This record gives sequence, C-alpha cells and structure tokens, in this order.
Amino acid sequence: MEASDSTLSHAAYDSKIEGNIIFTRLDAAINWMRKNSLWPMPMGLACCAIELMATASSRFDISRFGAEVMRFSPRQADVMIVAGTVTYKMALAVKRIWDQMPEPKWCIAMGACASSGGMYRSYAVLQGIDRLIPVDVYISGCPPRPEALIEGLMKLQEKIEQEESFKSQKTEPVEA
Amino acid sequence: MSATTDAATLGIEEVVEFRGETTISIPLEKLEETLKKCRDDLNYELLHDISSLDHLGEEPRFEMVYELATLDDSKHLRIKTKVAEDVEVPTASGIWKTANWHEREVYDMMGIKFADHPQMERILMWEGFPYFPLRKDFPLAGKESEMPDVAFTGVAPLEGGPFVTSPGSTNGEPRAKGES
Repeated sequence: MEASDSTLSHAAYDSKIEGNIIFTRLDAAINWMRKNSLWPMPMGLACCAIELMATASSRFDISRFGAEVMRFSPRQADVMIVAGTVTYKMALAVKRIWDQMPEPKWCIAMGACASSGGMYRSYAVLQGIDRLIPVDVYISGCPPRPEALIEGLMKLQEKIEQEESFKSQKTEPVEA
Repeated sequence: MSATTDAATLGIEEVVEFRGETTISIPLEKLEETLKKCRDDLNYELLHDISSLDHLGEEPRFEMVYELATLDDSKHLRIKTKVAEDVEVPTASGIWKTANWHEREVYDMMGIKFADHPQMERILMWEGFPYFPLRKDFPLAGKESEMPDVAFTGVAPLEGGPFVTSPGSTNGEPRAKGES
C-alpha cells in the first residue's frame, strides 16, 4: 500500500466504515475525555466565590469549557476550585474534602488569598492552600475576573493534555 | 433627656464630650449597676457593641467599652471601665442578651473573662487555641500552634509585605515593623 506522509496522517479516518472508528493514542483519548468534562468542587470561601458563580452563570458560561457540573459532593468532583481566603479554622476541612475526592483530581487556587494568603498576613489565615494540598493552576487577581478563571481552566486543560494518564495514574499518598 | 444629662443622673462627674459623642468612665465595681440603670431607667434598650482595649505597659492593663443606644436612636452613650489583668468582668448578658456573643468575642481576642457568663467559650478561634490574638504582645504575624485533627496555625511572612511600616516611623503598630 502506497501512502505519502499527508495521507498517512489521515489514515485513521476511513470513509468506508462511515467514520465510526477513530485511531488514536490511549493517553490522548483519556486526556481528551478528562479535560472536556471537568466537574468542579466549588470551594467558595470568600469574595472569589462570587466571581466563580458569575463564571458559571450565563454571561460567562463555564459550560462552554465543559466544567459546568458543580458538584457539592467531593466524591463526584474532578477539580477543586479553592476560591477565597483559607483561614486556619477552615484549612483542615478543605484538606478533608480534598482527600475525599477520587483520583484523578486537580486543584485550582483562585485568587491571591488561596494562592498565597493575599493581603491577610495574619495569625488567622493560611498562607496559601498549596501548604496543604498540591495546586495545579494559580490564578492571580483579587478577586480574578471570570475571564481569568476561564483562562486558568484552559491552562489546566492544557496541562491535562500533557499527562501520561495510562502510564502513570496521578496519585498522591493518602495518609492513614 | 440627653446622654449628658443621663450621665449626671448616674452621678458621673467626669463626662467626655467629643463631636457629639458622650463617654463616661466608671470603676469596674459600679459597672453592672450602671448598665442596669441605663437599661431600666434611662431607656438604653440597645447594646450596640462591646469592645476592649489593651493598654500594654499601663496599670490596669485592659479597658472595656460598652456602646449603648436607645431604640429610637435619639441618644448614644459610651461607657468605659478599666480592668486589671486576671480580673473577671461581670457579664452584661443578663441585661442585654446580645452581650453574650460580644463578650465571647472579647474573651476570644483579648482574654478577658466574664463572671456568670452562660457560655464562656471562644467564638471565632477554636477551643484550645493557646493565645489571645488581639493583645498588644501578640505578633501580627501570628504564632505557631497545633491541635491535631482540629486546626493549626503558622507564622505569616511579613518581611516586605504590604503592612510593614518603614523602620524609624513611630506612628504605626510597633509590632508590624518587619518582625514576624
């Protein structure tokens, strides 16, 4: 069978079987499915949560990026969006909810407070949620506009695209 | 009747008038009696707020501040009383129910205890937190503490932060000068 480079790249598509079969890499398929159906766990703790709600509603419409299914049960969520000031009083509760989320899971630190404590250099505020749980994307802003959150989500999608999902499950040791 | 004449009714000679606000200072022993009189005889039905001050280095160290008002908003009265360390203040929660939470906040932040309070527990920080964070000798950056499975605290980096006053200036909070 003769085939040039250009036809080879389209070899996955055969019109004789009506385009119902697509060849791809397993990683690419898994990542494609994961990144376009991210179910967020909205960890709204302060004013960032208002912007998070705005992002979810009609004007900005996060469902255009497949992340509109806000789950208030951690067991059904893929990405935790930490939106707001994490106080020490709340910190272990956030960690507990994170631990209950099934793998694979990701975390977006939305806004200055979740990323670094923000303007709260104080006895009461955890200086960044990354001191407790691993963060994939940090979003600057106080609070970030919905566009920034969507940009952050797209960055996370790009990151998921690069993952070797089949070879290595994204795991994190669970403390007993 | 105005807040000033009320002060006279209460037998207080020292009245501070500042921009239409009336403040009286009374000794701690007369506090409960005075608050009751204000509520029952002088129509101060409303307790706006209870706060506390820390005059570190002075004796007595603390000061309680009660903000009273009438329901029709016609007069306001501020009552202050000095409190020494380790002295319990009589609770006002029997006079105004709202005093319950205000006094718990004062206890939580400043460590002043209230006698006969129905529930003398912290209200913002968790039970077991070992410090009183609004005291002057508590650093702005916080201190480390650990309560397994409940909560922990750490020290916030202040160096170069937005609240660090420049060295040598005396107007700012002394504890915020880059020390953490």
